[in-house]
Amino acid sequence: MTTASTRETYGKTLVELGRENPDIVVLGGDLNKSTVINLFAEAFPDRFFDLGPAEQNMMSVAAGLASSGKTVFASTFAVFGSGRPYDQIRIGISQAKLNVKIVVTHAGITTGEDGMSAHGIEDLSLMCALPSFTVIVPADGPETELAVRKAAESYGPFYIRLSRPATAVIHGSDYEFKIGQAELMREGGDATIIACGTMVNTALTAAETLAGEGVQCRVLNMATLQPIDAEAIASAARETGAIVTAEEHLRHGGLGSIVAQTLGESCPAPLRMVTLDRYAESGNPAELIEKYGLAPANVAEAVRQAVQHKAQLSANGKASS
Amino acid sequence: MNRASDTKAAAADPGKQVSVDSLKSAALDMRRDILNTIAEAGSGHPGGSLSAVELLASLYYTEMRHDPSNPDWPERDKFILSKAHACPVLYVVLAHCGYFPKDELKTFRKINSRLQGHAHTTTPGVEMSGGSLGHGLSFGVGAAMVGKIDGSSSRVFVMLGDGECDEGQVWEAAMSAAHYRLDNLVAIVDRNGIQNDRFTSEVMNLEPLADKWRSFGWHVIEIDGHSFPDVLGALEEARSVKEKPTVIVAATVKGKGVSFMENNPDYHGRAPNAEQLEQAMKELAG
Repeated sequence: MTTASTRETYGKTLVELGRENPDIVVLGGDLNKSTVINLFAEAFPDRFFDLGPAEQNMMSVAAGLASSGKTVFASTFAVFGSGRPYDQIRIGISQAKLNVKIVVTHAGITTGEDGMSAHGIEDLSLMCALPSFTVIVPADGPETELAVRKAAESYGPFYIRLSRPATAVIHGSDYEFKIGQAELMREGGDATIIACGTMVNTALTAAETLAGEGVQCRVLNMATLQPIDAEAIASAARETGAIVTAEEHLRHGGLGSIVAQTLGESCPAPLRMVTLDRYAESGNPAELIEKYGLAPANVAEAVRQAVQHKAQLSANGKASS
Repeated sequence: MNRASDTKAAAADPGKQVSVDSLKSAALDMRRDILNTIAEAGSGHPGGSLSAVELLASLYYTEMRHDPSNPDWPERDKFILSKAHACPVLYVVLAHCGYFPKDELKTFRKINSRLQGHAHTTTPGVEMSGGSLGHGLSFGVGAAMVGKIDGSSSRVFVMLGDGECDEGQVWEAAMSAAHYRLDNLVAIVDRNGIQNDRFTSEVMNLEPLADKWRSFGWHVIEIDGHSFPDVLGALEEARSVKEKPTVIVAATVKGKGVSFMENNPDYHGRAPNAEQLEQAMKELAG
């Protein structure tokens, strides 16, 4: 399977956007080679500002630029672009509803060897708590390009979350990304796996394994966490009766939490959440995924449990009627 | 004097000469409205509003190019109140300039009002949503960068509290403004010597404050922030400084103009009661 680095795609897309739109300004924080915004810096030196590792300043500078009419992209690692300058993002960007696009890289435990301080695994919870923000976790390179383009075209605050390693390319060139709309990756009637980011490909692998056991899974790519596609979640619950979520994030406040809220309000159904439940450690991405329970086998096991739960409920229902 | 016509003239003519006498009378008017506004709300921050009156009067009545009938005029100069708790002084000067009706000051801090408890962009003329200290200078750096990118002559003024300079972000912003040689940016520190709980010297020593700014690459002007000739002179000097940002460290008195509020930490964030308001109005009768 072909792989591509989402952050490289981001860097290249930003250069194209810079050519198309003279109002785009980019801010970096001394991680510009890693976030690949150095490509924009080289192409448009007058519209690029490196603010050093001073992320609080970076976010308020972004607000100042945006309030004067610029479309601002601010990029650093997930941990430095969410939790560290949260107060500046909350008041300066979210409450003021300014046109700032925070695009972070190195999210999740697949950041790997740098260890737990560098693993951004609370960021989705933090960013989805901010009502003005559109929050997107692209699954691969093609989706990253489309999401970044949509963000540039749409007024308002965005948080786009990318990873460090290259990820499998699962979208063709005909893919149409729509903000707030889940993408049906695979159809099946026994359960639905709802995933985002790197876990979408993991979900597809798990679905393949389960198909071999006679369990047919619907797989939804939920790239937009906010606003959430509540209708796709409710339909999945009605039509397949069992839900599994999968994300490279801690348990509280991420995709699983949002899906649970949506199910509770629309169509309660058995749910299993594949998430991290603690901080990880240094190691290579594959080892960490295995040790901390984000492998295809973990998703497949969660589906089996959810399907079993559904069967129990159904049996109980018949017994009591 | 007719301040409304002065204000309109200022929009077209930066650095316009307005007599010190008329500025003093405008300042007295502002102080009365600040206290009436806070008393009506029953809460708010009088001390740091009263200390900044001459500074804001000078900016809005003489220095800045702005147009109250067109708050979003792209070529305008921008004033950013980083110490956003002192919004009563900003709301009052904006109302006096004609950004919104003076009557609206009575809605300050009340439900459905455009005048929020800390400065927010719902108010016509307010440039930045604030309320957490340390954001404003960075915001001003961003706004000043736009001037450099677009080659506009628009200038940016940011008012900081002295206690606010405890925030590390202020110094991140200070470094970046000097690094990018933002000579269209002017910071004004309202050095009233008191922060929320106590005197700044007791909470966290800031001195030597002017030297700190100098060492960060700024042009520093130290003045008496209640002397109009001082303030106007400093603003004029700032206009001529090139290749570096300017900071005006303005020595002020917290609660200036009202005897029992002056230099009294209790009035950082407490509204006057009816009796205190009456006493204050007598002192500010002019």
